[in-house]
Amino acid sequence: MTARDDVLARIEAALAGSPPAGAIPRSYRVGGAGDVGSRDVVDLFVDRLLDYKARVHHTPPADIATTLRAVLQLATAVVAPPGLPSEWLEACAADGRSVLVDGTPVTLTATDLDASSAVVTGCRVAIAETGTIVLDGGPDQGRRALSLVPDHHVVVVRADQIVASVPESLPYLRPSSPLTFISGPSATSDIEFQRVEGVHGPRVLDVIVVQTDAASPPEPARRKPRAR
Amino acid sequence: MTKTFLGYPTTFLGNASGVSYAPPGVGRLRGDETFPRAARTALANGQLRRNLGAATATIRAKRAAVVSELPDWEQLRDAGAAIKTDVMARLPELLTQLETNVIAHGGQVHWARDAAEANRIVVDLVRATGATEVVKVKSMVTQEIGLNDALEAAGIAPTETDLAELIVQLGHDRPSHILVPAIHRNRAEIRDIFTREMSDAPADLTDDPRHLAMTARAHLRRKFLAATVGISGANFAIAETGTLAVVESEGNGRMCLTLPQTLITVMGIEKVLPTWRDLEVFLQLLPRSSTGERMNPYTSMWTGVTPGDGPQQFHLVLLDNGRTAALSDDVGRAALHCIRCSACLNVCPIYERTGGVAYGSVYPGPIGAILSPQLTGMGGHHDPNASLPFASTLCGACYEVCPVKIDIPSILVHLRNRAVDQSRRRPGGQLMAMKFVGWVMRSPRRFALAERLTRVGRLLAVRGRIRALPWPGSAWTSSRDLPAPPAKTFREWWLEERGHDSHDSHDGSDR
Repeated sequence: MTARDDVLARIEAALAGSPPAGAIPRSYRVGGAGDVGSRDVVDLFVDRLLDYKARVHHTPPADIATTLRAVLQLATAVVAPPGLPSEWLEACAADGRSVLVDGTPVTLTATDLDASSAVVTGCRVAIAETGTIVLDGGPDQGRRALSLVPDHHVVVVRADQIVASVPESLPYLRPSSPLTFISGPSATSDIEFQRVEGVHGPRVLDVIVVQTDAASPPEPARRKPRAR
Repeated sequence: MTKTFLGYPTTFLGNASGVSYAPPGVGRLRGDETFPRAARTALANGQLRRNLGAATATIRAKRAAVVSELPDWEQLRDAGAAIKTDVMARLPELLTQLETNVIAHGGQVHWARDAAEANRIVVDLVRATGATEVVKVKSMVTQEIGLNDALEAAGIAPTETDLAELIVQLGHDRPSHILVPAIHRNRAEIRDIFTREMSDAPADLTDDPRHLAMTARAHLRRKFLAATVGISGANFAIAETGTLAVVESEGNGRMCLTLPQTLITVMGIEKVLPTWRDLEVFLQLLPRSSTGERMNPYTSMWTGVTPGDGPQQFHLVLLDNGRTAALSDDVGRAALHCIRCSACLNVCPIYERTGGVAYGSVYPGPIGAILSPQLTGMGGHHDPNASLPFASTLCGACYEVCPVKIDIPSILVHLRNRAVDQSRRRPGGQLMAMKFVGWVMRSPRRFALAERLTRVGRLLAVRGRIRALPWPGSAWTSSRDLPAPPAKTFREWWLEERGHDSHDSHDGSDR
């Protein structure tokens, strides 16, 4: 008998005679502070970011590049995912900074990433209630290692990517993509439960919040967000 | 996948119902001494008690604050409990669905009956890569099976990358908390451990937590960049999609899950969740209950292998190790609902005083007291794990905070029953005492006499408490005080106050 057969048989034996489970009560909230990208939702998101000591910058769509330049002032070598908008890329390369684009011409090694000072990415969706930014490896985000190894992560979040709650965020995500939920700079509370920001992940997280008119929310990946 | 089996009998301790417990001698599910003995050692350590008291108070306050933010917390708990009940009822179907989906996305799935088999699978997988070092994400299950010991015995050096686990590993110590394994160490002790054990620790290392954390960062970064094999546990696995999830704070998890070429994940069979949507419940319940954060800094999810991103070899090891034994107890089975948040530890008056090491198992506190004995079985009066269900005041605080509403106090009582039943073969002192008390209480005359006799106890009391009784009463007072008996019994008081018209008092006519 294989271990698989054995374990499955043990489970069947353990459950013999047990009644089937009942329905799942899902009376918890699905929505939250407001609609996708609404003023209340964006304000709540920013409040959460500031609470966990991320740095927040507000900008209209036309000024993203300018804001990026300001945020990257202290960086010398910047990593970029393959699909970063060209205007952003130019901002990365301004002020004499070197830019390494992953995959063009070569895939960057972990050592390359470790030697660079910052990375710029977009995101897939953001959650206001928890201050969470979700990356799904899309062209403007790249491989997971890109947003992990450099010590400074600059992430551009459009207001129309910000949903109110955790339940509202999941329908935007494709489970088969590699997903990273980021809620603050890396942190530890392992020493006397005193919080220290910045351990292995990026020690500095800059979030550029782009004001949009929220008229065209992103397409859900699999199904429509559930109505309340 | 394996046909041969190590020398262990499939059933340990000749259990009549034929269930398969976690085997002894491998892993860390059982300590060397009973809880009362181990607790005595822990309680004598003033430093430990100060560290624990401060840390649990902080974490309790943080949890309470973020839980009160959610108006639907109770509804989320109800959903979490119902989902877990459903998982247990449909476990075979969900596990095979998970297996199918992991394989469909390029992963490989292995099944392990117990700790020894899981260790052998992992060691063989690491050997096949040729690696002699592995980086590890903090994981309860690999602690449970003693994977580090097995790797070291095979000449493979495991590095724990969670800061607290690193402190425990470098201190040649044992973890004492599910979430904060080094909760029993203060900053000065941690500085001493780093200075002694870390060859690249700076000479001027201070006990500032930031300085200590940055030292660990520098020490581990080289390991991450060079690592070829990562080993993790899993917080959740979604049957419907084959997706695995690990929640963490420091980024060491992301490093281990992303940079190596090979990833090996060990998970208990009870961790599976039916649907992607179920994450909307657990991603809210876990961080708030665990670290007292709205969301932990990092959550990683992956499904099999993603070409060009992260490990290109992924192995999932599904582990029983006594879980099916727990599942066969229809009361005790709810212990398998646990999502390892550790909220029950932080509110437990027993845990707060003894810390986790006294429980012997890697699963300490209230949840450990119901989980460990069910995984290993209880082998009679001298089995340390048979003492765990008694390591509680049954105050119920653990049930109040449990995000999946595990009724820990009821399961504790149920397991006490089982423990007593198992060693009922010959009448013990407790049984004799109870029979005697029963005999005394059957007669009003004998009972009144006994009541008056207790007054002798007042001679032993100091400031209203008796701290030590002579044998056989010492069996009681060795671990608790007794209040001094009152100066007069209730009957005497009644006679004094109402003695004359007590016969009329039934209809209240004395008023």
